[in-house]
Amino acid sequence: MIIGAQKPLKEICSMLEGHQNILVAGCRSCVAICLAGGEKEVGVLAESLRLHSDLHGKGWRIDEVTVERQCEKEWVRGVSEKVGDKDAVLSIACGVGAQTIQALYPQVRVMPGLNTSNMGAPEEQGVFQEKCGGCGDCVLHLTGGICPIVRCAKSLLNGPCGGSQNGKCEISPDVPCAWDEIYQSLKRLGRLDMLDEPLPPKNWLPSRSGGPRKIVNDQALFTIEEKALRGKRE
Amino acid sequence: MSASELQRLLDQGRFVVTAEIGPPRSASGEPIRKHAQSMRGYADAFNLTDNQTAMSRMSSIASAAILVQEGLEPVIQMTCRDRNRIAMQSDVLGAAALGVRNVLCISGDHQTFGNQKEAKNVYDIDPIQELMILRRMRDEGRLWSGDQLEVAPQLFLGAAANPFADPFEFRVARLAKKVKAGAQFVQTQSIYDMERFERWMEMVRERGLQEKVHILAGLMPLKSHKVALYMKTKVSGMSVPDPIIERMKAAKDPKGEGVRICVEQIERLRAIEGVHGVHLMAVNWEEIVPRIVQEAGLRSR
Amino acid sequence: MKVIGFICEHAGLPAAVLAGERGMQYSPDVLLVRLPCSGRVDVVHLLRAFRDGADAVFLAACLEKNCHHLYGNLEARKRVEQAKRILDDLGLDGRRVELFNLASNQAFKFRDAAEEMVRRVEQIGPNPLGVKK
Repeated sequence: MIIGAQKPLKEICSMLEGHQNILVAGCRSCVAICLAGGEKEVGVLAESLRLHSDLHGKGWRIDEVTVERQCEKEWVRGVSEKVGDKDAVLSIACGVGAQTIQALYPQVRVMPGLNTSNMGAPEEQGVFQEKCGGCGDCVLHLTGGICPIVRCAKSLLNGPCGGSQNGKCEISPDVPCAWDEIYQSLKRLGRLDMLDEPLPPKNWLPSRSGGPRKIVNDQALFTIEEKALRGKRE
Repeated sequence: MSASELQRLLDQGRFVVTAEIGPPRSASGEPIRKHAQSMRGYADAFNLTDNQTAMSRMSSIASAAILVQEGLEPVIQMTCRDRNRIAMQSDVLGAAALGVRNVLCISGDHQTFGNQKEAKNVYDIDPIQELMILRRMRDEGRLWSGDQLEVAPQLFLGAAANPFADPFEFRVARLAKKVKAGAQFVQTQSIYDMERFERWMEMVRERGLQEKVHILAGLMPLKSHKVALYMKTKVSGMSVPDPIIERMKAAKDPKGEGVRICVEQIERLRAIEGVHGVHLMAVNWEEIVPRIVQEAGLRSR
Repeated sequence: MKVIGFICEHAGLPAAVLAGERGMQYSPDVLLVRLPCSGRVDVVHLLRAFRDGADAVFLAACLEKNCHHLYGNLEARKRVEQAKRILDDLGLDGRRVELFNLASNQAFKFRDAAEEMVRRVEQIGPNPLGVKK
């Protein structure tokens, strides 16, 4: 899932300077799971902002809304009444959600209350770890199920480097060496042979490096004629 | 046909000495010329580090070009941290045009070690892929893309080896992989734990790797007890046994003791089958190299 | 001055009642709110109390490992910590909110908790949004 963390309260307050009528918008999907932007978090943030406003006489009017998935137009369209009269929306969904609101409500300024970080998973309550590098060309079958692109600090495909010590990465004793983990995993799987052949330079085109990515599932995509047959739905 | 003087000496069976020069944080090449003058004749080739610890310094290639002007044999280091494959191939062509033949392919200290942590690192390729690319340039006269080079560079390719990193059982397989990718020589991380190194060399010989790659044992002379402790606790991939720490602590002349330890290590290394030379990394202490080489009886060049 | 005490039914409340029966004195500015469990309190409640003019807020909960509802007091602790951080960020001072663990018969602990919060308000100063005397 997408992992993010709320921006510091001070930063959010200074972002909202000059606005009066503010909607705090959360999402029930990824950000709710990483306890950053769900309905509960919307409530706490809204209350904090009201307290700030009262303390400094800002006269802010803070409203709250949480949608199922802030990245989908259908859900975001459904809150048009809430957005209606506002002059700012503070989105604490991920960057995708914030952009979706902005695109659908071009007249209202949308601000990010969250720093969207990475694709990862909860290790335990409150701890969220990056797992997937989104490189567009997955090699997990060659590395014992461990992503070398993002779990290795140097994205090595033929690791480990000389800085791997006691199973830890050179950048910090708290960071496991991905290649040590890969080695151990392949050992458990009885597939250390995966490490014999050097892997050639990676094709980074399917990653961020190739430009903004669009993936089309043409079996799901209606042609113009088919859209006409289906009728206006938008 | 040897691509470089260093390769020629190694192929002849000579026990070589390579030394390291840290390029200056300066737009002036004077410090390099000074080092060249003081170290001339005491080593067969000189490594120029590449933005060591991720701190910007004069580039390895520019420094190497200055050494060529001074009549010395350089080894450039090319990390994967700051350059992508396009830049690396370009830099290698330029380096070759300026008389550089020896290239050490390494991953490079992560930029979080340095003074510009906020920089975006590159890591387009890793050192093993770098070896593959450079080997194709040399042997096939082609870029990785397949485009023909008008003139192919002559290169002697090297990599780093760390007998002290983990997992220990995998380290020799890793060396084999580097050799498969094109490594012709390796320089190891600084050795203090001689027994562990000897065990590693045993494993190397078991696989017959010492026939396929020239192993140069890395040594870093210790300047003080403080430095020794720093090496032990703060530097990744280092193994410093307590007896050495004790010696440095007890020494009345720490620098002298550091030199003594280094010379003893050289003697022990010369006796190990498969070790074809030493690589002296006298960080910020380049001036001590002549004394070490002299006292180790290696001055005959 | 206004100090709000959220007291749980199983520890805070009986301790407060006992304190009253024994004639233990504490400030009349302390107002008590009864809860089924300290874990019922949410961060929004704590913040809302300050918006409504409270100078300090405390929770009186069961002793650690002895929560009648197993770990409601643990949840309450995390929420108090969160509220503290928010109050610090807003410049109100996180010391204004606190959690106290006590047993149902520890009347003195309840009295001490109430007095402690009053002392803190005297030290830190009133809530700018506070009740005007």
